[in-house]
Amino acid sequence: MRSDPAEFDLVAPGNLYAVVALLADEPGVWLPVAGGTDLMVLFAAGTLAARRLVSIWNLPELRQIEVFAHEIRVGAGCTYTDLREHVIVRQEFSLLASAAAWTGGIANQNRGTLGGNIVNASPAADSLPALLVYEAELILVSACGERRIPYRIFHTGYKKMELRSDELIRSVCLPRRFANYFPYARKAGARNAQAISKVCIAALGRLAGGAIEDVRIALGSVAPVPLRLPETERLLIGKTVAPSLLEAARKAACTEIQPIDDIRSTARYRAAVAANLVAEFLGKLHAEGRSP
Amino acid sequence: MESTDLREYHSVGMSVPRKEGRDKVTGAARYVDDISMPGIVYGATVRSKVARGRIKSIRFGNEVAWDEFVIVTAKDIPGKNHVALIADDQPCLAENIVNHPEEPILLLAHPDRHALPKAVEAVSIEYDPLPAIHSIEESERCSEIIWGSDNTFKTFLIEKGDVDAIWNNADYIVEAEYFTGAQEQLYIENNGIIAAVDAGLGITVWGSLQCPYYVHKALMTLCALPEDKVRVVQTETGGAFGGKEEYPSMIAGHAALLAIKSGHPVKIVYDRLEDMTATTKRHPSRTRHRTAVSKDGKILGGEIEFTIDGGAYTTLSPVVLSRGTIHAGGPYYWPAVRIRGKAVATNAPPNGAFRGFGAPQSLFAMERHMDRIARVLGLSPVEIRRRNFLQPEQTTTTEQTIKEEINLNHLLDRALELSGYESKRARFAIENESAGSKKGMGIAAFLHGAGFTGSGERYLGSVVGIEAHADGRVRVLVSSAEFGQGTNTVLCQIAAETLGLPYEDIEIAQPDTREVPNSGPTVASRTAMIVGKLVQSAAVGLKQTLSGCALLGDTYTRAQFSTACGKYAAARGPLKSYARYESPSGIFWDDEKYRGEAYSAFAWAVYVAEVEVDLTTYSVSVKDFVALQEIGKVLHPVLATGQIAGGVAQAIGFALYEKVNQQNGRMQNGQMTNYIMPTSVDLPPIRVFFEEIGSAHGAYGAKGIGELPMDGPAPAIVNAVEDATSIPFNSIPLLPEDVFEAMTARLEPGNAAIPLAGAR
Amino acid sequence: MKASTTSAGKCEVSFTINGEPKTVFVYPMERLLDVLRGQLTLTGAKEGCGEGECGSCSVLMDSVLVNSCLVPVLQASGTKIITIEGLAEDSRLHPLQTAFLDCGGAQCGICTPGMILAASHLLHKRPEPTLDDIREALSGNLCRCTGYMQIFDAVMQAARHRTAT
Repeated sequence: MRSDPAEFDLVAPGNLYAVVALLADEPGVWLPVAGGTDLMVLFAAGTLAARRLVSIWNLPELRQIEVFAHEIRVGAGCTYTDLREHVIVRQEFSLLASAAAWTGGIANQNRGTLGGNIVNASPAADSLPALLVYEAELILVSACGERRIPYRIFHTGYKKMELRSDELIRSVCLPRRFANYFPYARKAGARNAQAISKVCIAALGRLAGGAIEDVRIALGSVAPVPLRLPETERLLIGKTVAPSLLEAARKAACTEIQPIDDIRSTARYRAAVAANLVAEFLGKLHAEGRSP
Repeated sequence: MESTDLREYHSVGMSVPRKEGRDKVTGAARYVDDISMPGIVYGATVRSKVARGRIKSIRFGNEVAWDEFVIVTAKDIPGKNHVALIADDQPCLAENIVNHPEEPILLLAHPDRHALPKAVEAVSIEYDPLPAIHSIEESERCSEIIWGSDNTFKTFLIEKGDVDAIWNNADYIVEAEYFTGAQEQLYIENNGIIAAVDAGLGITVWGSLQCPYYVHKALMTLCALPEDKVRVVQTETGGAFGGKEEYPSMIAGHAALLAIKSGHPVKIVYDRLEDMTATTKRHPSRTRHRTAVSKDGKILGGEIEFTIDGGAYTTLSPVVLSRGTIHAGGPYYWPAVRIRGKAVATNAPPNGAFRGFGAPQSLFAMERHMDRIARVLGLSPVEIRRRNFLQPEQTTTTEQTIKEEINLNHLLDRALELSGYESKRARFAIENESAGSKKGMGIAAFLHGAGFTGSGERYLGSVVGIEAHADGRVRVLVSSAEFGQGTNTVLCQIAAETLGLPYEDIEIAQPDTREVPNSGPTVASRTAMIVGKLVQSAAVGLKQTLSGCALLGDTYTRAQFSTACGKYAAARGPLKSYARYESPSGIFWDDEKYRGEAYSAFAWAVYVAEVEVDLTTYSVSVKDFVALQEIGKVLHPVLATGQIAGGVAQAIGFALYEKVNQQNGRMQNGQMTNYIMPTSVDLPPIRVFFEEIGSAHGAYGAKGIGELPMDGPAPAIVNAVEDATSIPFNSIPLLPEDVFEAMTARLEPGNAAIPLAGAR
Repeated sequence: MKASTTSAGKCEVSFTINGEPKTVFVYPMERLLDVLRGQLTLTGAKEGCGEGECGSCSVLMDSVLVNSCLVPVLQASGTKIITIEGLAEDSRLHPLQTAFLDCGGAQCGICTPGMILAASHLLHKRPEPTLDDIREALSGNLCRCTGYMQIFDAVMQAARHRTAT
């Protein structure tokens, strides 16, 4: 344990109003901490730069899943376990439930939060590709009020995001339009549990008359931020799945991603597996997808 | 106790309760970091940031209140500045030169544990860098000499028969190279020691360790103290696997030095990053085989060159090399063979003991090579082994005659049946054509010698004691350490069985050099067999003492035993019986020629792996695993099964998951998040089976089993991967990235060594 | 040697540990693991990695399995915590503890407290788990000694005991 707790301050105002008031009073001073599964690792390693933290763990305003007719709003403080256990998330947003199930082990799923995953913004974050394909929107909250932005513009670069220093993510809004899409999610990691992803995919597809009517593909760990593959998607719309299409999709996917060599894997491996995952998705869509 | 209780008590062969089990499941077990004492302070180590260099200056940054700290350098060492083991080349604290990253240079102590990390960072050391070596090949080139005259710690030469004559008679000559990487023991409890000094009693250390008397000897040398002024106590140890065989001498030395200078008890416990980056690993290896084979698949002879990377200092490399060299020929009959073993130096933290101790490395090569020979000849992996298995009365590579009635063909038959080898292979051949994954089966046949090599046990001269209390309870006195493998339980079972008493009546003393004799280090798969046999002898001696005083008959009840003990104690005082190791007669071993009876017993095994190679992610997973071994006598079925299953799991890690990423001698992935060991969802059913042909040398016929399961899984798995993919992988760990590179390069099967991305 | 001390920044944190109310005076960012092992002298939870990978620090916090090395003690305020020391009732072992002893689920024992609590968490949510359920529930608890096989046996045995009684 390489940090001295005496040098740190942690406050827990206990409600959202007080937290955002604090962030407004002293912007950039207080680092929000939810379940701690990212920040406490840095703390133990002695590399947590922040010295003053504000706890947003278990804030009732952040830890609800509100169900509306057209969308659900997942509180940013919901844990992976909350996601896995929620009936609507399981039934209509299975890509998110799958991602939650392959994050860490049970103990970390009980503490890690969706908001934390977004704001920590690791290129390898498990839930983020799913949010891209579901076309999530974020409600950001501050002492000034709330604003709502499309999730796809949130990450502006590696660990850079569309979030002011006095703001928190309040909810992740997921439109309830995807229940009859064919979902496919897979992660390639160093082992079957507790693995940071080398590549991961979240994808949705819908066939009509045997051809692809709509398709959404997002990948993690192949760029500084999670990526949709708009060129690949464009190429696929209206086509029937056939070997030549799979080949074209593989090539297109490879042009859209920027994988790197790092301590976990190589760029060549990531590119190859990303292409394989896209092809595997299309193969399964063809075999198991159904028309609306 | 009922005086009419005429029950016969047996415990050997039964799964009795683990002696210290209750404490472990209730959280009452006390590991070193659970222990504190009044006035204790904490220690930390300042380590080299370069692989090799001369220390130019040491500065202590202004941001720290240094007057609150105790600082120890090499100048504070009362005795000799080296960690006493085999050679004297490893400093306890570097003085002028550092030879590996993370080499310890100075020590700090402070009452507040949290003050230390910042203080360590505030010590700035400047070096004049020296050229450093980071591979076996670089070391061999000798363009830079970093150790001795030629970077070579040790060599061995084994020669049997006339090797030079066989090549002309060969129908085939099969040549290849095989590599294994470093591996971290990854005990879940990091290294830790507490040291305290008492003016009258001397130094006491408590800690997580395998060999109390190794630490005892090292502290005597470091602190210039006589035997009776150093005391070493083993605390409950959370896993070791060899990683706490020699390293504790280093950390104990550090804690002792700080205790001496500060006048306080000192606790040093590493965090995971320090433990991984600074302590010993399994030796990386390169094995070259060149084998002459007849067209009917018989090995005529060959040359084997086995080379291991020892890191910067000698430590245990000569002994690891010894075992790896002796095991390099596997369980096969070699009419003629020349085996050259060599351990070389590189500028990395010294490598050390890890379960298997050289044998997993050389046996990986042997078992991969057998499959290669099979392919060249057009024989199956099964058939090539049948034609070359050692038979009783044949001699090994060291010309040891196999006296055991071992039947390796029978073991192979049984393993094949248990694993469904033939029917699965037939099925996979069809399924692999079209599936999204490829499946394969692989075999490994191997042996593992129990106990110290050759004359090693005689040199150790292990001693075991048993004492009987006045109330009839019995206490076993050994320095053998429990670290999960069941030492406490098994030795108490043996004592109970020999004495005819209930297992519950037997205790075992905590290993404390003040209380117990030196039964040797807890290594080399020797404890059940050799120490157990001594426990048996000491127990017999105890009975004989009591019957010699006419206090006990040849048979007796539990009540009669305790009465006898009471009477003895009243008349003569404490009752203790000791037994000392004696070499069996007729055992011949030539240390110069490395010829003769290397081990008094071998365990034998055939393992079968079923793997699946995922064609989307290129990951290899083991889907089923059969581990069949002949081990003499199963003293405790649950413990023995657990040992094998755990060893297989660790070896699956060795084969497919655990890669030490080293850059300029420093491990880059020293965290559990990026040093990958298998979790509960990564492992197959590990199906364990035993056969028993008793060995005269072990207690109740037992032979060693602790290391055996480390030898077989890696080659069985890679053999299976080749079966599935037709790619002759020759290097482990075999990661998905390596499988990907080889598959997409679309090599023809049967090619020679392939350079693999990131393979070594 | 003298140590510099400061009490500025400490606060009172109250919770229930193994059924008993406790109040500690701590820095809010002290790890729950360190407070358990230090001030509360409950050394059953262990530090194996400090990064939430090995699970040997796992405890139950409001009936939920968490890695205590990743919990700032302030966030445990007002919760009910169960550690391994709280599992047995007086001298009667919990069925999981008995099963671990019977089946060889504990070898070196360092992962055992966390492993048993993780298994207890599973059996609470799923009294009749399949082998796959058990594998998944324990995937955040690393064991280097057993290869997990006998741990699975132990959990199965404990589950059978629960449904039988």
